[in-house]
Amino acid sequence: MTKAQQGKVPALRLEGITKEFVGKVKANDNINLSVDHGQILSVLGENGSGKTTLMNIIAGIYFPDHGHIYIDGEEVVMRSPKDALRHNIGMIHQHFKLIDIFSATENIVLGLDEKGRLDMKQCVNRVKEIATQYGFEIDPEKKIYEMSVSEKQTVEIIKVLYRGADILILDEPTAVLTPQETEKLFNILRKMRDDGKAIIIITHKLHEVLSLSDRVTVLCKGRNVGTVTTAETNETELTEFMVGKKVMLNINRTMPRDPKPRLLVKNLSCKDVEGLEVLKDISFTVNSGEIFGIAGVAGSGQRELLEGIAGLQKCEGEVVYLDPKTGEAKDLQKKTPLQIQELGVRLSFVPEDRLGMGLVGNMSIVDNVMLRSYNKGKGIFLHRSAPTELADKIIKELEVVTPGKSTPVRRLSGGNVQKVLVGREIAASPTVLMTAYPVRGLDINASYTIYNLLNKQKEGGTAVVFVGEDLDVLLELCDRILVLCSGKVTGIVDARTTTKAELGRLMTQNTNDKDGASDGQG
Amino acid sequence: MWAAFIRRAIMQGIPLLYGSTGEILTEKSGNLNLGIPGIMYVGGIGGVIGAFLYEQHASTLNPLLAVLIPLLCSMLGSLLMGLLYCFLTVTMRANQNVTGLAMTTFGVGVGNFYGGSLAKLAGSDVPSINLTATSSYFRASLPFAEKLGWFGEIFLSHSFLAYLAIIMALVSSFFLVKTHSGLRLRAVGESPATADAAGVNVARYKYFATCIGSVIAGLGGLYYVMDYANGVWSNDGFGDRGWLAIALVIFAVWKPNYSILGSILFGGLYIVHNYIPNLDVSGQELFKMLPYVVTILFLIVTSIGKKREAQPPASLGLPYFREDR
Repeated sequence: MTKAQQGKVPALRLEGITKEFVGKVKANDNINLSVDHGQILSVLGENGSGKTTLMNIIAGIYFPDHGHIYIDGEEVVMRSPKDALRHNIGMIHQHFKLIDIFSATENIVLGLDEKGRLDMKQCVNRVKEIATQYGFEIDPEKKIYEMSVSEKQTVEIIKVLYRGADILILDEPTAVLTPQETEKLFNILRKMRDDGKAIIIITHKLHEVLSLSDRVTVLCKGRNVGTVTTAETNETELTEFMVGKKVMLNINRTMPRDPKPRLLVKNLSCKDVEGLEVLKDISFTVNSGEIFGIAGVAGSGQRELLEGIAGLQKCEGEVVYLDPKTGEAKDLQKKTPLQIQELGVRLSFVPEDRLGMGLVGNMSIVDNVMLRSYNKGKGIFLHRSAPTELADKIIKELEVVTPGKSTPVRRLSGGNVQKVLVGREIAASPTVLMTAYPVRGLDINASYTIYNLLNKQKEGGTAVVFVGEDLDVLLELCDRILVLCSGKVTGIVDARTTTKAELGRLMTQNTNDKDGASDGQG
Repeated sequence: MWAAFIRRAIMQGIPLLYGSTGEILTEKSGNLNLGIPGIMYVGGIGGVIGAFLYEQHASTLNPLLAVLIPLLCSMLGSLLMGLLYCFLTVTMRANQNVTGLAMTTFGVGVGNFYGGSLAKLAGSDVPSINLTATSSYFRASLPFAEKLGWFGEIFLSHSFLAYLAIIMALVSSFFLVKTHSGLRLRAVGESPATADAAGVNVARYKYFATCIGSVIAGLGGLYYVMDYANGVWSNDGFGDRGWLAIALVIFAVWKPNYSILGSILFGGLYIVHNYIPNLDVSGQELFKMLPYVVTILFLIVTSIGKKREAQPPASLGLPYFREDR
């Protein structure tokens, strides 16, 4: 940074931005941030650190509770995305906001304030002009549903340029791109920077931050923990910033008693609907009597992995269950949840989407408990007394705060919903218990209740799989931790000896695709 | 014979065309307005009330007022229905299916209630009202049509509301495809979040499209009473034409210009039993099923084809709230 540049008024400056969602923790807490024209700023942070919320505030999608936004030195109030566009702010969302059955050009001209006739030819020509100016490759008349992910992203970027955006926000633009496409995108971004545009890019890939940006702002748990000049920093320092200081939680952890292999996963691979590999060649073993943690930034394949094991997702590879009594090996691959249950495998799954996949929001606690045992009982009538007893037991033992056992589950708070779900799954006395983000959105007390429950299961000899996002919790609760990065295993570490920085490094590790391929063959 | 059949088919199709044009505009905003049959009913009775009061109070009828008063009353009635639907589904985010079905029941009830009341005022024994005088102004057509043989009979013998229906359909098509506002409206129906992020006022587009769509659909009810039924309102006379209009939306793959031909086809299928000799009552009912059978077959074909453009707007029937997460 030269002195001349520092003297300029920032293109965008945020002061004391705070945003709180009802009933949740502060997503953004007093955040300050600024970016100049002709500069690329990286915003770095773990999941749930408030990056996307902050960017949505800049783009006018959320309205901040407190704080000020200045553009070119003048304070602005943005109440809607339209206001943001008026101030020449353009956002490229992580999940593309494109309309599938529209052509590229139709999507691009959508947000214009023009009235009257739509001159498609003229629009197409303008799109082509922008494409040539920055070196995009695009067919303006192609329909979005016929496009690849990177083409869609190109449309998104041209869209904001077409509207004359000076400040561009990109929310994890590289998450869906191949390394070659990423390099292409970066070249275009550099061209835009040289053109005088202010660019904010959200990412959690350190090497990208270092190769692309001029400055880095690091967010951690909704706070701005530091802004540094890229040229003066390195990966280690950024990782430390990102994961923060170690916090002692004092979770009671015992040594695994008599661990024996319970669940074997070998070379598990899985593709999503768009044909992208979300899981690549995953292998690991979960032992009885241990808590096996899975760490990784959001969307690294955690959900697919658990669903693959539970029989909810089609995968390639092997999943083998070793029966604790007979020692018999049972193949779980390509079986439905019901078939797995019929094999006598007591597998419980606490999914991350509690009210979507785990419980039925409009049904009472008893009815939800019954979902596990609906096919018990005789004839066509439900057997209600046992589930009612169980519901009572869950409410009493887990201290669920509820007006009664017939209250619809959706009216309970997040923590109590989770207690009901975990309580139901544990009541099936599982030999394998898989939990995905079981303490997400829970307060401290509820979180400890869940930790204790999991520990109790572990002591009872259950193999517990714990997918978590808070590294402090993973480090203190788990026995071993598997780290996922872009659908690949980057390491399985001992939670007692490893450090937070080490986990952070593994989570953001840049595994070159070529290396990955040769590893797979080797 | 052929010319007469086609002419009747067109006349039968015009209410459907109004209904489907209105419903297409509405659905393009993501609102599945199943209240259309009720709204067309209200449009019809609105016109009847206007015409009845005017005929009762004026000693001699002014041709312009005789058309204008029922027209405005009809439009006002269906506009209020459209506003009610929007208030419930857009502002209050009520379930669209339930709201729509309730409004159909409501609209039919309103129609029959006022139909019965007016009949009582007119001193009639049966729940039907005769507005022949007003109807004759509505049915005025080009004088030279009869001299042009079959061509005149099929194309030129209709009233102004029939031509207006076709113009409305063509204008709606042009609006949807060739204007900026049309593009934004389609975006709202496909993905309101995307439209919102692009700076489109989603609620406003939903309100406007649904209300204008309701008014257009209501004109179908007016045409039915004043032209097709020669100014005779009888309770429940409108029948299931409202549902047929909604079926036509699917058949026309959400394109108003396609629904012009579709409406004539549906109209023809609907009355073809009158032109088949020696048909008993049960046979007639079977033939009346044809438009629905065609719609079902068409749905099967388009589902197999999986052509993305032939699918309903992606967010059809879903409420939108920006800060939902």
